[in-house]
Amino acid sequence: MFEIGGKTLKSRLFVGTGKLPDYSLVEKMYYEAGVEVFAVAVRRIGPNTKHTKNVLEYIPKNAIIMVNTSGAQDHKEAVKIAMIGRELTNSNWVKVEIEKDTKYLFPDSIETLKACEILVKEGFNVFPYIYPDLNLAKELEQIGVEAVMPLGSPIGTNKGIGCEVLLKPIINEIKIPVIIDAGIGRPSHAAKAMEMGADAVLINTAIATSSDPVKMALAFSKAVEAGRLAFEVGLLKEYEYAQASSPLEDFITG
Amino acid sequence: MTEFIREAQKVWEEFKDYVPTYDEVCEILEKEVVSIEDVAKLLNVEDKNLILLMASKAKKITRENFGKVILLYAPLYISNYCQNGCVYCGFSCRKNYKREKLDLDEIENELRSMKEEGIDSVIILTGEDRIHSPVDYIKQACKIATEYMSEVSIEVYPLFEEEYKSLVNAGVVGITIYQETYQKEDYEKLHPFGPKKDFDFRLSAVERALSVGFHEACVGPLLGLSHPKKDVLCTLLHAEYLLDRFPKAEISVSFPRFRSAGVDFVPRYTISDKDFIKFLLIARLYLPRVGIVISTREDARLRDALIDVCITKMSAGSKTTVGGYATQGEKDAQFEVEDRRTVAEVVESIIKKGLRPEFTNWVRGVNSL
Repeated sequence: MFEIGGKTLKSRLFVGTGKLPDYSLVEKMYYEAGVEVFAVAVRRIGPNTKHTKNVLEYIPKNAIIMVNTSGAQDHKEAVKIAMIGRELTNSNWVKVEIEKDTKYLFPDSIETLKACEILVKEGFNVFPYIYPDLNLAKELEQIGVEAVMPLGSPIGTNKGIGCEVLLKPIINEIKIPVIIDAGIGRPSHAAKAMEMGADAVLINTAIATSSDPVKMALAFSKAVEAGRLAFEVGLLKEYEYAQASSPLEDFITG
Repeated sequence: MTEFIREAQKVWEEFKDYVPTYDEVCEILEKEVVSIEDVAKLLNVEDKNLILLMASKAKKITRENFGKVILLYAPLYISNYCQNGCVYCGFSCRKNYKREKLDLDEIENELRSMKEEGIDSVIILTGEDRIHSPVDYIKQACKIATEYMSEVSIEVYPLFEEEYKSLVNAGVVGITIYQETYQKEDYEKLHPFGPKKDFDFRLSAVERALSVGFHEACVGPLLGLSHPKKDVLCTLLHAEYLLDRFPKAEISVSFPRFRSAGVDFVPRYTISDKDFIKFLLIARLYLPRVGIVISTREDARLRDALIDVCITKMSAGSKTTVGGYATQGEKDAQFEVEDRRTVAEVVESIIKKGLRPEFTNWVRGVNSL
């Protein structure tokens, strides 16, 4: 159990829906893998058509929708998209995602900060997607966001925790939850993020593009649990040299 | 602006006869970033097995970047009046057939019919004629379209900046504009008269659109009109140029192959399925996050095979005649449609491949709120 955004959650695995081959998988992930938070890109919440259904129709009533502003190019657009998202979904959770470019999909820190300031004042539960930048994370914490969501490595790359040395200080220094978002490609990467002390992870590509997204969500869910348990217990330190007593020990210690 | 064409020319001259070995191709495929020199080499690969290897890498890149989603759209031709004498086109003013232009009620009828088919993303097209299809007419058509469709794009003659801005304000999000060929000498021969003769004004159109707020742009050649490999190289560098200059825009490329359009024109080059596939794969390898669009010019079997590998966006249920959805059939079309399946059939085929059909890429009007 953990508290975030005014909710108590059992699962620390958040899932993105944008790349899924079929929205009906959302419900299965909720029931079979225990996923409770689903990120939904507002830009893709189209109306029901003859051939496609709105993603919102597939999200179980008790699940939490995290509105995603992806596609926003600046803070003004992000705020507008968040407002539209809140109207459409009735959810107050917003993942602020403002990309600097469409080539790498790196977040725009300055615009993200501006958008968060406005959205917090507008009463949203704000979850900014950011670079692993401690200074930025601190500023966002002061503004009053619910959590920070630093990237593990660039979106969609499946490269795992590529920025460990930058993520660690954020986890150590920030009091609000830290959700590692983007780049996590394997359950073992997610476990590692949790072992490091992250509060949750958000996975999209690795689950959506696997051959069995529900089973993969389950694998991630178990990995997240395992990693969290290990963090709570406290991982043993790695030692550079063996600790076995040396024949010199008697002489040195007398 | 034309710098990238010179670069393509230079790279092509250097590698036009260079056929990479099996190992060299494998080395290129192992790279995280493929260079334009690598592209020039890959264009000369003929070995079927190597092309299949390229396909498996292309598929991986596509899934990582775009997931299991195929965007669908359909074109709506609202006018076939044209002032150009393009020697290859079914809309050319040399061609003697009934010119038509839909009035606003007819446009609405068409959109209603498209919507009934399940289409939710439309590209509004006109011939190139500022008198019969003035910008204000296009704008009104787009405004009506935004009432029916989640996403509205245009494929019309090149406009000026302020004109593009007025379309952004009307809710238009995307622009498609084919350069036809990037080889200026050939371009001038193929477009003997009419406003389209201005190569540079056409080439710079996408920049003007993106600079005033368009979200998406699709560029490409009409393969067959000029040297196809040179045109592919130019297209990729054009897309890259746009990405560098407008990093927030979503850029797509498309490589339509010439199709007969009832005019007496035989293209200089015929592009085989194998070459066409290779071009698309190379586009994906060079530009991992660029959209790749395939139209109904291609047949159903090939389209179905490609959506599983590198395609991100395709048209469905297209009618290329003015008034084609609500009233007329396919007489006097701009080009012949090869994939004549209904939208429902295309959707079914996408789902069968384990992919999700999607009609909404941008919530209508996000950029004009």
